Amino acid sequence: MRHIVSLLMENEAGALSRVAGLFSARGYNIESLTVAPTEDPTLSRMTIVTSGSDDVIEQIIKQLNKLVDVVKVLDLNDGKFIERELMLVKVKATGAFREEMKRMCDIFRGRIIDVADGTFTIELTGSGHKLDAFIEGLDNAAILETVRTGASGIGRGDRILKV
Amino acid sequence: MAETTHPHQITGAEIVIRCLEQENVKFVFGYPGGAVLHIYDAIYKQGHFKHILVRHEQAAVHAADAFSRATGEVGVALVTSGPGATNAITGIATAYMDSIPLVVISGQVPVPAIGLDAFQEVDMVGVTRPCVKHNFLVKDVKDIATTLKKAFYIAKTGRPGPVVVDIPKDITAHLADFVYPESVEMRSYNPVTKGHSGQIKKAVKLLLEAKRPMVYTGGGLVLGDASELLVKLVKALGVPVTNTLMGLGGYPSTDKQFLGMLGMHGTYEANMAMQDCDVLLAVGARFDDRVIGNTDHFYSKDRTIIHVDIDPSSISKRVKVHVPIVGDVKSVLAEMNELVALEKPTQSPALKAWWTQIESWRGKLCLDYNNSNGLIKPQYVIEKLWEVTKGDAYVTSDVGQHQMWAAQYYKFDKPRRWINSGGLGTMGVGLPYAMGCQFADPTAQVACVTGEGSIQMNIQELSTCKQYSLPIKVILLNNRYLGMVRQWQEFFYENRYSESYMDSLPDFVKLAESYGHVGMQITKPEDVEGALKEAFDMKSRFVFMDFITDQKENVFPMIPNGKGLSEMILAEDL
Repeated sequence: MRHIVSLLMENEAGALSRVAGLFSARGYNIESLTVAPTEDPTLSRMTIVTSGSDDVIEQIIKQLNKLVDVVKVLDLNDGKFIERELMLVKVKATGAFREEMKRMCDIFRGRIIDVADGTFTIELTGSGHKLDAFIEGLDNAAILETVRTGASGIGRGDRILKV
Repeated sequence: MAETTHPHQITGAEIVIRCLEQENVKFVFGYPGGAVLHIYDAIYKQGHFKHILVRHEQAAVHAADAFSRATGEVGVALVTSGPGATNAITGIATAYMDSIPLVVISGQVPVPAIGLDAFQEVDMVGVTRPCVKHNFLVKDVKDIATTLKKAFYIAKTGRPGPVVVDIPKDITAHLADFVYPESVEMRSYNPVTKGHSGQIKKAVKLLLEAKRPMVYTGGGLVLGDASELLVKLVKALGVPVTNTLMGLGGYPSTDKQFLGMLGMHGTYEANMAMQDCDVLLAVGARFDDRVIGNTDHFYSKDRTIIHVDIDPSSISKRVKVHVPIVGDVKSVLAEMNELVALEKPTQSPALKAWWTQIESWRGKLCLDYNNSNGLIKPQYVIEKLWEVTKGDAYVTSDVGQHQMWAAQYYKFDKPRRWINSGGLGTMGVGLPYAMGCQFADPTAQVACVTGEGSIQMNIQELSTCKQYSLPIKVILLNNRYLGMVRQWQEFFYENRYSESYMDSLPDFVKLAESYGHVGMQITKPEDVEGALKEAFDMKSRFVFMDFITDQKENVFPMIPNGKGLSEMILAEDL
């Protein structure tokens, strides 16, 4: 099953490689991994999207907790949560494509953030499924380039991951 | 412009020395080189600890590791950058797999040169990351003291393990005030010590009500110094007990409640009791593949498992447990003992029947071997070693058949006496391990049980043994084969002995003598005991004993790879 694991870690050189190294060394899946400093600059927050049986997920959580740089770990799937991902898509915007792209962007509540003679760059935020649906909805020939951040997640309501 | 210096400031190298002093380090095992020259200069000027010069960095880490295994203290090794650092890796990985607390200090190229492919540069923090508990790169002289304080703290607390501290050369020349922190506060590292009382109560109730109870303990019990508490618990409950390869000595081997080692080469009675018990108490052990074998086969019988371990990730990793107790084995066993004492248990008819069953398994005499054919049997050498040393030696081993025979036939009654590489299975540890033990206990009898394959993997340390006059006794079980490889080839590869013959062996007697040691070759069974006595009587000499043993002897019992605990091959089956 797909799980989203959030963690807080010391914002130190090499901390990211410890997490990435753990996943490769133990053969765990990583669908995506995002990391950036938090409002407290000594801490980084990471969101890892992984998948595995309950036993594997339990081991992943335990192994992450064991890393000396990791301060707190939360399996977001243990409760209600929200996930969002950002995608930038550069598409062809010539002839009929120009109006079609504008329309698709509106339907998915994206924003065109760069306009050039023959291209648009569209910014779209949402769950991974929504971003997938947008890509599927586009004419494949129109897609010039895509870049996705990977999911970020946060618990709903009172579920707070903080030191 | 001249740098203004504070009168109390000292160099980074001197700070390193002062930190080791504050940690009360007695021995540093190491090898000098460019990046650690400042540190070696500071070592020259100090008088607190003794530096032991090895002949290869791998041996420095193994010796520090054995020093820790024998004493319980943190072992310390010092190596230079680049090849010095990479040579240390096998030692570090060996300690990591067996959870041995080490601080390994490695030199690094100067900070401005890092990343420029400088001479003798290697990314030590990157290279060691998968085989350390934690590691640090120190980039400011002011951080040396706090980093080393943290390194020692992390190495020895929680589930212990090796910690690498990589220090660039320029940092060891920079000046700073020396302040050693009194304590360590880390928000990200707070190992649990006390087990959950409710779970402990539940565990004790299960053990008291068990019809076929069994206790299984591993290296964690030895590391946690909880042997006495284990003996008390096992005696009070009247239950059978087994130790893993790493756990030998955790419970006295000569006691009648001890069923011997379990696992791939464990005894018939220990493995059968593991399989058939209804309540299993596991303490500081991790149900690994060499112990439990096939987990599906293990699950084919119902039993309730209680697992005490300081590392939550060791619990339910390979085998699902029912009563997990995360905590320090010492504190948990102490609490269990208190609860058991309140109950004053007496032997139930069910437990009596269980012992009858166990005695019938024991009656198989699975460790009996045929000792009549004129060739030296390796098992016989170990039995005689046990007799001659009165069961009180530190026994180190390398990896292979000889390791299993030493584990099976030397009856360890005390913890921290059996020193071997259980997890990583590192050939070549035996001799440096013996060095670490001899430094830890200079007047003790130290025997290195080895094979002619393994001993050649760190044979250069004969020179270190000469330099420090270490009276180690090498017990070489020389069968002219990589015995364990040959055994598997005989059983599973239709006798195709691919590259397992050890040809072109040196004359070990002359080799030992060339280093100024005593060399002996023993070829007849009737000479074994006398030679051992003669060797151990030479209390101040290093003696290399080359026992020419039966080439085709195999280790039994044996659970073939992938099979279950009760699917052993016994010597009598063949």
